[in-house]
Amino acid sequence: MKRWLPVIVFFILVGFFAKGLFLNPREVPSPFIGKPAPAFTLPLVGNEAQSFSPSDMRGKVWLMNVWAPWCVSCRQEHPVLMSLARGQSVPIIGLNWKDKDREAAMLLSTQGSPYYAVPDDLSGKVGIDYGVTGTPETYVIDRQGIVRMKHVGPIDMDVWKKKIEPKLKELGA
Amino acid sequence: MKTMIFATLLALGLPAYAGEAAPNAEDPVIEQRMINLATDLRCLVCQNESLAGSHAELAEDLRKEIRAQMKLGKNDKEVLEYLTDRYGDYVLYQPPFKPVTYLLWLGPLLFLLLGLGAWYAALKKRRTLQAAQLDEAQRAAAEKLLQDK
Repeated sequence: MKRWLPVIVFFILVGFFAKGLFLNPREVPSPFIGKPAPAFTLPLVGNEAQSFSPSDMRGKVWLMNVWAPWCVSCRQEHPVLMSLARGQSVPIIGLNWKDKDREAAMLLSTQGSPYYAVPDDLSGKVGIDYGVTGTPETYVIDRQGIVRMKHVGPIDMDVWKKKIEPKLKELGA
Repeated sequence: MKTMIFATLLALGLPAYAGEAAPNAEDPVIEQRMINLATDLRCLVCQNESLAGSHAELAEDLRKEIRAQMKLGKNDKEVLEYLTDRYGDYVLYQPPFKPVTYLLWLGPLLFLLLGLGAWYAALKKRRTLQAAQLDEAQRAAAEKLLQDK
């Protein structure tokens, strides 16, 4: 028994390192889970006279997708969001984060928009209020305006089926 | 003469470089406070850089935000609260002492105690080995060996 002790300790360590290798360091635990989505009011892209605030969505389960025209993985995510929007299972709000070159309206009119509304966060302050570290990030917000889930990185069909859709079902969307 | 002019021109050129490193902050006190605070904070984009040293755009925005809040008269603790409310304890390089981090903080002490325990056990074992009794025959043999020079 005693001579096996180092071997056992070794394999326990290997176990920890192996687990660490497969963790995503970008997946920072969000302090907002279970808390109300921070309030804001922002003008809409392409229609500055109108504005959006999260309280407009009371009574609905919705997604807030933080994206930007300059963000490459958002382009990769775009067709997935488009097909989700066609399914109309849940409204997606596309927070346009730090779009300094003002390209969002143009991009959405040529590529199509999966969004129910596109609030324009030019300064990036609303992003900071939501603890955004990079685009794309997606929040699942329930009928009472409570953040239920945060996904960091682009949504693909796998993430949708395994992570987000089950959560939406649970929330009764 | 030409050399003189050349040397003078060279000398004139030097001070131009000296100004480059000057910080472009309007308020050096707040800048210093911001840097002191941000050195112990993690940049969320390049996670192995501090918020003070990172060139990521988000880090710049956050530094701007820290400056703005300090200008409003918030103290360091309130600014840290503002950041941890949004990004969690993850932004702090020095995690707070609370139930989920007990193992993290007390782990080294635990290992020290384990090591001390193992050390004590080994010492005790060695002492019992030394105290092994010799019987009469062995004692006589040892005596003989010692006297047989």
